[in-house]
Amino acid sequence: MPEPKLYFEDFEPGAVAVYGPRLVTREEIIAFAAEFDPQPMHLDEAAASATLLGGLAASGWHACALTMRMICDGFVLDAASMGSPGVDEVRWLKPLRPGTQVRLRATIVDKRASNSRPDRGFVNYLFEMIDETDTVLTTITTPLMVLRRVPGTAA
Amino acid sequence: MKFFEDVLVGDVDELGRYTFTPDDIKSFAHRFDPQRFHIDEEEAARSHFGALCASGWHTASMWMRLAADQRRREAEAAITRGEPVAQWGPAAGFRELKWLKPVYAGDTIAYRAEVIETRVSQSRPESGLVVSFASGDNQKGERVISFVSTVFVQRRPDMP
Repeated sequence: MPEPKLYFEDFEPGAVAVYGPRLVTREEIIAFAAEFDPQPMHLDEAAASATLLGGLAASGWHACALTMRMICDGFVLDAASMGSPGVDEVRWLKPLRPGTQVRLRATIVDKRASNSRPDRGFVNYLFEMIDETDTVLTTITTPLMVLRRVPGTAA
Repeated sequence: MKFFEDVLVGDVDELGRYTFTPDDIKSFAHRFDPQRFHIDEEEAARSHFGALCASGWHTASMWMRLAADQRRREAEAAITRGEPVAQWGPAAGFRELKWLKPVYAGDTIAYRAEVIETRVSQSRPESGLVVSFASGDNQKGERVISFVSTVFVQRRPDMP
């Protein structure tokens, strides 16, 4: 694999980047739902119109998976990424409709070196999936685990 | 499907099991999470994970798949009994998702959901909110994932 370009030291709290755009098609919404979330509101326009979503919309898990792909293409594949221990919160605020051009606004909230492992740190992100009118559809707050360029001593 | 009034704190759904094959793991990862430890056995062996493992979003998405299958079975059973079918979903979101251990190729995860809170929705009076503790355990009995899910569930139309 190529040498990573981004290490823990390179992530600046307060920094904001926008990734995308990416067109979310009806076909991919239905394909994701058929595989991972086969509920009528994600599969079929007529059935979806009778639900609280009021029409076909992507699975919330699809929005999460698309966010992951957009940050992979945006910076994660260039980073010394070690994955993530979890997600603090995901809020599905608005339906993600077919034909939406989404972008991802990534804000570094803060970061901290690992207390137990001197080779790594946690970078806390807020990811907001936004549509063409800057309406926020989904928010994800999550720490990413990233190697340090210069390992420190355990705290 | 149960209406909101019939959902009780402590209700447990055993959602079923799913075995993650190498092809499944790589197929998901190529589309949504193409980090080296999710798409290539040799790269994964050199990574801190030590072997090919599933994207955490894949592990989570399979919980949703099995939960959706369960909801469909319950809806079909209600229709067979001639009962009305309550609408479940959409979800408002989730919190405290923990990827506790890697899910390696060949692992079989048993998923479940336990209701931990129910409350009437302020924003959607025709619905209640059901909060569940969602989890998945591997074949060794180790918990690999958990999160707290909040979903809108239809109230009984005949309730005040």
